[in-house]
Amino acid sequence: MEVLYEGLGQLIGWHDPDENREYVLHNKSRELKDKTMTANQAVGKFIKDGDFIASGGFGHVRVSMNIIYEILRQQKRNLIMAGKTAVHDLDILVGNGCVDRVEVAYSFGHEIRGLSPASRRMVESGKCRVVAETSNAGYQWRFLAGMLGIPFLPSRNLMGTDTAKYSSCKVVKDPFSGKLINLIPAAYPDVAFIHVHRCDIYGNCQIDGILVEDFELARCARKLIITTEQIISSDVIRTEPWKTVIPFYFVDGVVEQRYGSHPCEMHGEYFFDEEHIAEWLDLSKTDDGVKKYSGKYIYGVEDFGEYIELCGGEKKMFFLKERQAMRVSLITPWRK
Amino acid sequence: MSYIPAIECNVREFIAFTGAGMLENGKSVFVGTGLPMIAGILAQKTHAPNLLIIFEAGGVGPILPELPISVGQSLTCHRGVAASSMHDVMASCQAGFIDYGFLGGAQIDMYGNINTTCIGDHNLPKVRLPGSGGANDIASFANKTIIIAASQSKRTFVNKLDFLTSPGYLDGPGAREKAGLPLSTGPYRVITQLATYGFDENTKQMKLISLHPGVSLEEVQDNCSFDMLIPEKYTISPEPSEKDLHILRKEIDPTGIMIGK
Repeated sequence: MEVLYEGLGQLIGWHDPDENREYVLHNKSRELKDKTMTANQAVGKFIKDGDFIASGGFGHVRVSMNIIYEILRQQKRNLIMAGKTAVHDLDILVGNGCVDRVEVAYSFGHEIRGLSPASRRMVESGKCRVVAETSNAGYQWRFLAGMLGIPFLPSRNLMGTDTAKYSSCKVVKDPFSGKLINLIPAAYPDVAFIHVHRCDIYGNCQIDGILVEDFELARCARKLIITTEQIISSDVIRTEPWKTVIPFYFVDGVVEQRYGSHPCEMHGEYFFDEEHIAEWLDLSKTDDGVKKYSGKYIYGVEDFGEYIELCGGEKKMFFLKERQAMRVSLITPWRK
Repeated sequence: MSYIPAIECNVREFIAFTGAGMLENGKSVFVGTGLPMIAGILAQKTHAPNLLIIFEAGGVGPILPELPISVGQSLTCHRGVAASSMHDVMASCQAGFIDYGFLGGAQIDMYGNINTTCIGDHNLPKVRLPGSGGANDIASFANKTIIIAASQSKRTFVNKLDFLTSPGYLDGPGAREKAGLPLSTGPYRVITQLATYGFDENTKQMKLISLHPGVSLEEVQDNCSFDMLIPEKYTISPEPSEKDLHILRKEIDPTGIMIGK
């Protein structure tokens, strides 16, 4: 197939499929073993400076915030992040200088709450670079191609636009239909971290609600950290195996962290902490404010449990559960 | 020209009502955060109870009791038919199951191409915007795309986009097909605070369909950098009823997050 045109974007996280098989052969254990560890241990063991990282969930929904904060605490640097509708997680990491390159589907915004002052400032001042553009489906299908163990996936989006021009895709003539077709390169993030509702000590995971991209992301990531609201017995997993969306052999580490998605939402559990998000959006308007936020909520605490206490503890979480059940009204403190 | 509206409503309420009116019962619509969601819910609560609402993160067929503030929120599958995944809904979209898709943008041109990526140079932008998100996918795949631009002006209706994020008719007739995009797709309507537009069948350029009540032709042209096609026949956009506004204000967005702004 002749390449008719190709994007100028940097190709991030691509490997030859045989090279990846080799990686899987030597690094992804099929042994059923206890993988439980702390967030501190997981980040220390699996994430290194310069890695290409991807965070599970979507926007402010089911995000592994305990890993995000731990990345900051351990001062990881020069990370590349998948902007696969990455919102609060990416804003915190870019704003604090941990991530300096992003491949963007959707980034630097907080949906209805407005744009992200901190990460926008980093991009507009050249401290963080957008290395490639794509779309949500475009990113999703990078993970799907990775999961399938194939070099690329053909698709019919992106073509004809500047998004394609700045992407890492290539356009060819489809040998079947004779029409142009876009080739989306596979992605194998160095590390992914996904927050789930429950899993066992081996990493067999159940997720309630939408999966977003996590089915595919879990299967293409080279290293996968699972954080979970709750560790449950393997017997429960084996009683209802059809509920397992990520089986253990994709998982490298398991971290139990109740409320681990806060201030983001957890399906059926707790709502967005709009007060906390509003505080970040307000403080992150200046570099000093970013430092103040991180000093208070991240560097000022030992771990995620202490952070939750600082955010209002069980009383706050009770309110967020009531809001999730729509028994109390929505509050929108970020509205001016 | 003096105009006395039948019922007082603000621009955002008018746009949401206009968007809702374009959606048909028994069809599917892909919605994003904000006014598109409101339009979808209003349609569902009025003339299109069996409108299939789909969210890009995986919520399928919800019955929405209140306005979600994120396209991934639990509410997006509230009493839905499926809590699915992005791959599932994007694949359905690519395969042709989505009738309508809503888009918004910082800049739009005469062919309905949209910029949501940056203002200024891409490498060191004056303003960095969030990027495509699902917009390029919706613009590529949906059978009919409806663009909402709540602040039409010379700055937003431009001759040349700073960045073409999502495809309209690209540079004119036949361009989408030539680029490889699915046949019979593309922008269908554009709704702004001033008017509703469509696209000329032959030239694929934006064309006035109806002026919102009280808006003049001059206002449309004064708030557009390119030459808007003005046909001999155009109409006045229909207005929401008291019942529509009651649903918008009391049921869909009681805290006024979107329509109260």
